[in-house]
Amino acid sequence: MSARALRQPLGLRLASGSFLALWCLIAAFPIVWITVMSFKAPVDAFSSNALHVIFGPETLARGKGWSVLDIVLGGAVIWATLWLAMRALPGAVRAWSPQGAVALGWVLGALGLGLGFIVVFFVAVPALTGLLNPLAGPLGQDVIGATTEHYRTVWIERGFANNFKNSLIVTTGVVTVSLTVGTLAGYGLARSGSTLAFWILILALVFRALPHSVLVAGYLPVFINSAEWLAPILGDNAPTLYGKPLAVIAVLVAINQPFTIWMLRSFFSNIPADLDEAARVDGCSHFQAFRRVIMPVMWPGVITTGLFSFLLAYNDFLVTSLLLDASNQTMVPAIAGMFNRETTTTDQVVAVAAAVSITAPLFLLVMAFQRQIVSGLTAGAVKG
Amino acid sequence: MKFKTFAAFVAPSVFMMLLFIAFPLVSVFIQSFYVTQPVYETVAVETCTPGFTGQICTTETKSVPRLDDNGKIVEVTRFVGLESYRNVLEPARFWAAVKARSWAALQAIDFWKALRFTLMFTLVTLPLVIGMGLAIAIVINNASRAIRGPVIFVSLLPFIITPVIGALSINWLFRGDGILTAGLEWWLGRDIALFAQAWTIELLMVLYRVWHVAPFAAIVFYAGLQTVNQDSLESALIDGASRWERLRYIIIPHLMPLITFVAIIHLMDTYRVFEEIVGFSSQGHVISLQWLTYDFLKPDQAGNRSISRASASAMLTMIGIVIILVPLLRRTWRDHRGAGA
Repeated sequence: MSARALRQPLGLRLASGSFLALWCLIAAFPIVWITVMSFKAPVDAFSSNALHVIFGPETLARGKGWSVLDIVLGGAVIWATLWLAMRALPGAVRAWSPQGAVALGWVLGALGLGLGFIVVFFVAVPALTGLLNPLAGPLGQDVIGATTEHYRTVWIERGFANNFKNSLIVTTGVVTVSLTVGTLAGYGLARSGSTLAFWILILALVFRALPHSVLVAGYLPVFINSAEWLAPILGDNAPTLYGKPLAVIAVLVAINQPFTIWMLRSFFSNIPADLDEAARVDGCSHFQAFRRVIMPVMWPGVITTGLFSFLLAYNDFLVTSLLLDASNQTMVPAIAGMFNRETTTTDQVVAVAAAVSITAPLFLLVMAFQRQIVSGLTAGAVKG
Repeated sequence: MKFKTFAAFVAPSVFMMLLFIAFPLVSVFIQSFYVTQPVYETVAVETCTPGFTGQICTTETKSVPRLDDNGKIVEVTRFVGLESYRNVLEPARFWAAVKARSWAALQAIDFWKALRFTLMFTLVTLPLVIGMGLAIAIVINNASRAIRGPVIFVSLLPFIITPVIGALSINWLFRGDGILTAGLEWWLGRDIALFAQAWTIELLMVLYRVWHVAPFAAIVFYAGLQTVNQDSLESALIDGASRWERLRYIIIPHLMPLITFVAIIHLMDTYRVFEEIVGFSSQGHVISLQWLTYDFLKPDQAGNRSISRASASAMLTMIGIVIILVPLLRRTWRDHRGAGA
């Protein structure tokens, strides 16, 4: 009876459906739009006519555009890459990677796929279409104005590759260290009901609420003068911590720690304590039980927490912009540095291309780990 | 678990938190009472230029920073008490503005301007985010199973995007004759400049923040909707409850703990509002408390950072955090004691 009685009238379903469609449009529009803008000449990108932005007549007039053939081939390559990543890669990794090194297999597989995509998409496809376009007749004519020159400007002339490398160093460091430290603490906190554990969690909650600028105000003088106060310990080659990615990694790990231990604790609490009891009866120490019995079933929780640590480190602006100097800058503060009083519209489009470059990895991340992100968002909530 | 094992597991994490969170907090507190400045000395400089009858000499007194033997600037740190706090709060101007009952004069002082915006922003976005999150969760739950996956994927995009980039992308859509401003102008038939006055910028910031956080609220609520007790829904239906009544009296109470959770997280995060100011480059019109500290920390044109002023404004920012946290902590403490007894 319930199915029929609960059925909604047509009007309500229509309203609900159209609200959902509207929300999806609002959610995706800014991101899609700046992606389109990044491929156009400045006049088109900032045109007040939407059609000009999409079709880019000015860009086309400069002789830069994509023909139907280009679009079909490029689309096919993107589709093939996605298909490989979703369908073929998991099987291949499982089949080829040696026992116990599945994680390494995934890293290598993803790197190989990424490199292959870059080579095919940016080298092979342009070469091929360059040969085919003159032969294809009307299909070979440029129909949409588009150019990748802004991406070239960002990555090659503006040295964004260097910023990318710094981002990579900082995020890898933050994820590795905060997971190592966090899983230990999370496990300890989940298995201990003591008042001390409670107070540590409360303290972590308080720390989570702190504005990061408060902490940075504490680090800055210490980091800038670190060569002086470290000298008695380390001698003459005491480093100035200001501007060092390693120092920023330590800071971001600490800032992230409260969140990490709360999340991991809630994942660990879901694993029955009988499991480690059994291991202990079989003669494992606490640490062995943790490593041999708990870790193997904990991977989903660890991956989820790792994703959120990655997001924090990757998205951070405040800490990295204040604690790193220009030569070690990560991507997000670097883009803010692209604006100054002399910014031209060309610079603006270059900044748009940089913004899209920063967003692309996040897009892939949601694609690959949607389920883990959703479970991570709800993990803290369900446990309260 | 024995205390020793527990300590071994927790020690690295606690150590990091103490070293990088608790210690800086204490040092910021102490710094806010001290000022470090270069020592200046006045030197008389005589400059002579050849003139017609003889040299014309002028003597000027200049104040220059004193250098030590290695050519480094000598700095002294001295205790100044509450002076840095006075520099941030500017009590004289504040009272003058209050006495004159002039809101504009009050808003001309950076700290009070930042405080006003931060509070307004926190309180305005809270109900919007919760309402929007609930609405999205309910319509996703209402959609057919096949499209839920893709819809959640699209919904996650605004949440996952780098905040500075998200703010920038909204900025690009509205800046000058950006595409959405052009659309609005066409619709309203008049010229609009969205970045020329504070209230429109604040409106855009609120819209951006709701766009950015609503997915988080929506997904938490969506997960909660999966566990609504179907039996109570059915009995409500038999008792003749309308759709709205079922939502109001069964679903919302069921989601209440989650709503509190989202509200607390949102309050903590929104009070730290900062990225919007950078992304919209709105420092001329709108600033927030965290941005104020950031601005003090950034080197000025002479390359000096006003660390003590930044520390004072950071400590003042902390007061708000404490006010937000106290009710939460009291509740958790009560729960904990209740669970223990």
